[in-house]
Amino acid sequence: MNALILSAIWGVVMMFSGIFTKSGAAIRGIAITGLALLLVVNVLDFQGTALVDINTRGMLVYNTFSYMFLNIVFGATLLYFFLSGSDMERVGLHLAEYFALIFFILAGISIVASFQTLLMLFLGIEIISIPLYILTGSDKRNLKSNEAALKYFLMGSFSTGLMLMGIALIYGSKGSFSLETIGAGTGVITPLLGGGMLLLLASMSFKVSAAPFHFWTPDVYDGAPTVFTSFMATIVKVAGFFAFIRLFETSFGSVQAQWQLFAAIITAATLLIGNITAVFQQSVKRMLAYSSIAQAGFMMFALVSLNGKGSEGLIYYAAAYSLATIGVFAVLIKLNDYTFEGFNGLGKSHPLLAATVTICLLSLAGIPATAGFMAKFYMLSAAVENGKVIWLVILGVLCAAISVYYYFRVIQAIYFKDGEPQVAEVSTTFKVVMVLIAVLVVYFGIFPQRLTDFLYMVY
Amino acid sequence: MIPVLLIVIPLLSGLLGFFMKQEKLAKGWSLLSSLITMAVAISAYFTKDVTLLRSTHEWIPLMGSNFSVSVVDGMGRMLAILTGISFPLIFLATYNTNYTNGNRFHALMLLSQAGLMGVFVATDAMLFYFFWELALIPTYFLCSIWGGEKRIAVTFKFFIYTFIGSLLMLVGIIYLYYLTPDHSFALQAFYDLKLNNDQQGWLFWLFFIAFAIKMPIFPFHTWQPDAYEQAPTATTMVLSGIMVKMGVFAMLRWLIPIFPAAFWSWGDFISFLGMFGIVYASLLAMQQDDLKKLVAYSSIAHIGLMVLALVSTTDSGIQGVMIQMFNHGINIIGMWVVVALTERQFGTRKISELGGIAQKAPALTILLVVIAFANIGLPLTNAFIGEFLMFTGVFTSNVSQFNYIYTAVAGLGIILAAVYTLNMIQKVFFGNTNSITANGVDISFTEKLALSVLVIIILVVGVHPQPILDLTNDTTLSILNKMITKHP
Repeated sequence: MNALILSAIWGVVMMFSGIFTKSGAAIRGIAITGLALLLVVNVLDFQGTALVDINTRGMLVYNTFSYMFLNIVFGATLLYFFLSGSDMERVGLHLAEYFALIFFILAGISIVASFQTLLMLFLGIEIISIPLYILTGSDKRNLKSNEAALKYFLMGSFSTGLMLMGIALIYGSKGSFSLETIGAGTGVITPLLGGGMLLLLASMSFKVSAAPFHFWTPDVYDGAPTVFTSFMATIVKVAGFFAFIRLFETSFGSVQAQWQLFAAIITAATLLIGNITAVFQQSVKRMLAYSSIAQAGFMMFALVSLNGKGSEGLIYYAAAYSLATIGVFAVLIKLNDYTFEGFNGLGKSHPLLAATVTICLLSLAGIPATAGFMAKFYMLSAAVENGKVIWLVILGVLCAAISVYYYFRVIQAIYFKDGEPQVAEVSTTFKVVMVLIAVLVVYFGIFPQRLTDFLYMVY
Repeated sequence: MIPVLLIVIPLLSGLLGFFMKQEKLAKGWSLLSSLITMAVAISAYFTKDVTLLRSTHEWIPLMGSNFSVSVVDGMGRMLAILTGISFPLIFLATYNTNYTNGNRFHALMLLSQAGLMGVFVATDAMLFYFFWELALIPTYFLCSIWGGEKRIAVTFKFFIYTFIGSLLMLVGIIYLYYLTPDHSFALQAFYDLKLNNDQQGWLFWLFFIAFAIKMPIFPFHTWQPDAYEQAPTATTMVLSGIMVKMGVFAMLRWLIPIFPAAFWSWGDFISFLGMFGIVYASLLAMQQDDLKKLVAYSSIAHIGLMVLALVSTTDSGIQGVMIQMFNHGINIIGMWVVVALTERQFGTRKISELGGIAQKAPALTILLVVIAFANIGLPLTNAFIGEFLMFTGVFTSNVSQFNYIYTAVAGLGIILAAVYTLNMIQKVFFGNTNSITANGVDISFTEKLALSVLVIIILVVGVHPQPILDLTNDTTLSILNKMITKHP
């Protein structure tokens, strides 16, 4: 709760900081301080020491999963600021505003991590989406960026419309926005409720770019300035998933048997389309866009199986996927050439960057001893525990094998091919944070317990 | 304690190796580290105290997975010893080969050793899977960076192949995990499972494909000849000498005892694959002009015989496979050493371009001939013991009505092995020298040392195989027990 308030306030602070200083370093400093505060406040909140206590009348309910998820989100964003904060200056003149928008997105994420009514879900999703439309179009002189923003905005508004329609239908059938009330006594699905549920399924699938609602993703991720793609493809996406699972677990968990097949088909389509299309990409940025769809397919496993392992797995996936993808994007931003050839010879010219980005890629491919493996492992075991979707598990591992192809193409370029990569100046902080990310990826891969233990901690 | 050391020593020394900039230092360091590992592995043979031979630590309690390793089991201990002996020999034999960024090469070699050791000592499925993959990653980099011309594509094919197999196995492991009553990854918990025929039927394939790709069994072998040819020779030795044993070992530990009924009912099919592999690989080996490919195909043929013996479900058959795992590791490393020395000196591996090396390098030739005889399985060499036992096993097996056919084809395989091996020796080492081989010199001291050790092992095991047979006897009996009692 405190994190929500602080992030909203800090967003405003960031907006006004642009008036008082034009120095990029100062603005970055304020943003990083704010984020560190957010993290501290959230950890304190987690341990039961709330700074302010507001009665939300049951509309926002934080549990250990919400806190843990927010910790991961704030932690990952902090690393992201350290790595890519300076690259935001290259996008345009309004550095303070970019940070302000990101803080507003974080406020939205705090809401979707804890919503208990459909109303709050809608607010949270919109608070996340609107700043994203702006960030996508922030490279004003670039036609692709403008196109992406418009496309994202039109498609996003459409899906929001679907969501509202779904909420209205559900309200009509149940007479309440509260997830608990909707969930209670939902033994049989009436046409009204079922219609609403399917509309919600579609609109949430759009937000997390699950097939067949994924068509906006490659264009938007490709068109948006790369620094913001990094944020959108990681933190925002996992937040969408968190909301997705929370919504369906509480409201429609009891009728899972009736929609599981829909979810499973969406998952299978997402896995196939994401992985197979990623194979044919020539640009690493676009490959990462499709890879984010492919990884979304794995996160969908949590929805299909809807059990404890799945929820744990989602938390774990959020950390593993965000860390690794932020790392890869951070290095990509430093390169001049976004094609695979742009990475040629990086192993020779920048051994440290090469090693850390390789660890991130191995994690994305799901190689053991990296966090990415444990994340996939959690998802697969959640689906196996569910027991009804073994075919999906087999499809999942085959797709994981396909994903090795495009992730390893980057590794091949880095180490096995010769070239003179054009890399922008890299600061010491950048190197330190990259090493930190690599260490975290390996550490969580070997000791997954260190992350999931918090979920069952009682203060 | 001992199994932990077997993993930790190569792992840590490998990681340290990355920071050693001088190649000389890195070479000495990795040789020293591998010698220490070898000493520890051999000490396991003489240790009677069981508590020293195993170790269990809590790892991921939420999922019921422990870091539990053990070399109490004779088969695991034998393969740990094989791994321990092989690496110093490999380092010694390739001591005079120089690599760009040699420190990284040696560091990765040590990391792959750590992974291999882990596979052989792990008694927890999750841990086993970890090491199974981790042994592969350093190998991938070794082959792709220091390999031949087509290295990137070939190694990638190898990687994808094995990765698909292991992912399928992962699904199987997770499924079994949920079937165990207290949700555990322990090997013993998997053994205690009572699987019905339907479950065995499909789970069996998830594991079988993973192991068949690694061994490799026909038709999953297509990655192998290319990968062996393109990999740097030191890595080829690891791949064929030890990594192939991972597949055979995993069948004996993780497949047959858990799915005995499925293994039984698919026995003839698997035997057929093995039999086909023998004939097919032997015929191809005869056609090869490249020394590396010849040895690669001969390896597939040898594995085929092991497959036949695995299915035989007889004491001598399984014992034969056990000892042959050790022998094949030693022999094929010897073959690769000879190939590597020939190639380094004359710059070619083409059989047609070589000839008359015996006149120039008598020591090399003498050592080679012993190793080649072992490759054929002549008496007095170690392979004779293994092949004899396996033949007996296949011949006396009563699980299949085709056992006479299997024995006949396996016998044909031996004859063909003699044909291609002796033909190769005759063309490459005897006859007249030509312009390429005219200026040959004999091998250096370290190379003689490495080859002599291999030859001594070949002869000693050939004359006195009892220690190894005693070592694996318990494992064989317990596997047979599970195969027979669990059979419906």
